[in-house]
Amino acid sequence: MKPKVAFFDFAGCEGDQLQVANLEEELLDLLEQVEVVSFREVMKEHSDNYDIAFVEGSCTRLHDEARLKQIRKNAKIVVAIGSCATIGGINSLKNYQDLDDVRRTVYGDKAKLFDTYAARPIDAVIPVDAYVHGCPINREEFLHVVKSLLLGKKPDIPNYPVCVECKKNENVCAFERGQFCVGPVTRAGCNSCCINEGTICWGCRGLVDNPNENSQKEVLIKYGLTVDDAIKKFRLYFGWQERKR
Amino acid sequence: MEKRNFDVEVHHVTRVEGHGNIYVNVRNGTLERCEWNISEAPRFFEAMVVGRNWNELHHITSRICGICSIGHTLASLRATEGAMGITISDQDLKLRKLALHAENLQSHLLHVGFLVLPDLMGVGSVIPLASSNPKELKTVLRLHRLANEMSDLVCGRTTHPQRLIPGGFSKIPSMKELSGLRERLKASVPDLRAVAKLLKSLAPKIPDFVRETEFIALTSPNEYALYDGKIGSTDTDAAPAREYLSFTNEYIVPHSTAKRSKHARESYMVGALARLNINYDKLSPLAKNTAELFGLKPVCHNPFMNNIAQLVEVVHGVEDSIKLINELEAAGLKSQPDYNLPEVKVKAGQDVGAVEVPRGILFHDYTYNEKGVCTKANCIIPTNQNHGNIELDMKALVPKIIGKTPKEIELNLEMLVRAYDPCISCSTHAVKVHFV
Repeated sequence: MKPKVAFFDFAGCEGDQLQVANLEEELLDLLEQVEVVSFREVMKEHSDNYDIAFVEGSCTRLHDEARLKQIRKNAKIVVAIGSCATIGGINSLKNYQDLDDVRRTVYGDKAKLFDTYAARPIDAVIPVDAYVHGCPINREEFLHVVKSLLLGKKPDIPNYPVCVECKKNENVCAFERGQFCVGPVTRAGCNSCCINEGTICWGCRGLVDNPNENSQKEVLIKYGLTVDDAIKKFRLYFGWQERKR
Repeated sequence: MEKRNFDVEVHHVTRVEGHGNIYVNVRNGTLERCEWNISEAPRFFEAMVVGRNWNELHHITSRICGICSIGHTLASLRATEGAMGITISDQDLKLRKLALHAENLQSHLLHVGFLVLPDLMGVGSVIPLASSNPKELKTVLRLHRLANEMSDLVCGRTTHPQRLIPGGFSKIPSMKELSGLRERLKASVPDLRAVAKLLKSLAPKIPDFVRETEFIALTSPNEYALYDGKIGSTDTDAAPAREYLSFTNEYIVPHSTAKRSKHARESYMVGALARLNINYDKLSPLAKNTAELFGLKPVCHNPFMNNIAQLVEVVHGVEDSIKLINELEAAGLKSQPDYNLPEVKVKAGQDVGAVEVPRGILFHDYTYNEKGVCTKANCIIPTNQNHGNIELDMKALVPKIIGKTPKEIELNLEMLVRAYDPCISCSTHAVKVHFV
């Protein structure tokens, strides 16, 4: 029998589920291996009987925790997909502000109607078995993780910095160009895609397991950033991870 | 007619930056309550960007929506560039217009081909179509793939594009790549015809429902406005983008996390149908033919026809992209340095970026201090502008179909929400009808 899979989303942009939809013909191939029982992006049917749950988005409200726990209970394997789910992502920017102020900024005197708490990755609420990093996720890496899970293997996810891939791609280092980049502490696996496109690494795949943050901050400061600016660069994606450390 | 009591509850129908619910209560055959509520987890982007630098805002606000991240990036860049007094080259302008077309094509094709088609063909998702209608499905997939590859080619990738940066592009495609794209766009015309033909054969299934409303979209004397223009309305005169607040007039309804908008009437509609209603004359020739095939003329007040307007815009997008590439070629595509970083003189300022994205007019309004740090932001999303209109449509639709079976009522309400394309996943949830 084909394994049953389901997709769920919390606070996020749904860009990761879109990458799955964007597999185009490969999605049809994938559908020969698994049975999708819930995926709002493409189907009306829904079932709570599934083996693998893919979860996108951060948990940003206390009352969303129950839904997550139910997913954990229903699924044999829970996979976090995309930065919001794997590391808290961009959503954690608001964690550094007064949450009452945040609500007032957006909803004015109706602020109290809108429940929120510090944005967090899925594994801050429930145990997670596998991760597909990135903002958005990379389609090939998604397929790799799915294939590994179907074969009962641990997905092979790099635990070295983006710089390794970036050097292999023969990019001119962002620092050499006078830009600031968090590639030295960010988990690789994206093939340094943002630098290849002429920009910098923003850190969407999160910190490697043992990042040399202090030296990275020193580098940032050496190249002219203030301590505050260096911290700001880290907070764009690493907000939750930094706070946890 | 039988005096029925029943409730329709659509839980998490839609996610429009989240999850939406429909509540309908009918008592003694009369509609008592009809609500469209958004229960999406708010994400507070307008607060998140405060304190961030001018060269990060487009990266952050792109993350508002995975489906129209190119549109958010462009609205963001236009606000930042306006505030800092940055101008972009004519070449970059054309490339950005291509980027916007790519996203509209991708989003519209996904919506019409994957979400609307199953309704018209009487199935629950696109998946059964893989075995029942493989030829049609492959045609849609081919077009969708082309749109995505067009985004990759112009922007770096389809979702959260890297190359679009303040002042221009960090990297641009080569003329060879662009002419390759042009050939593929030209070659896609038979596929477009096939999709139009398929939809035409299913057109009798599109509900014939009319409720007069106001339509709002960008408008320009020069072109079918998407990247630039004044704010146009079917009810009032056009006004510059900077005056957006006098159009959007946002208000909050309790227990719905999405804000709503109203202008000249109780509500208004944005999106492909609004654009077509306001800018019909500027459509490309083949797009006009497509509209004629379906009898779609301005001003059309049937919200279900938004899906056909999307198809018309797909055709326009393909034709206009070919034209843009021809113009880029005629002007001679100028190369730029690798890792291009346009020089920007940072200064204090405020401006509004208004861009047409797949679901309608989008506004980003930023204020920066003299260091280029954002001190205030306001983003008004198309779907939010449509919420009020969706609810009023439901209130008008339910009494007209009250004699139908609960299943038909469910389907009609779902199709109505879906017609607005509130967000991709939004419109695909089951509706539960309870009889009391």
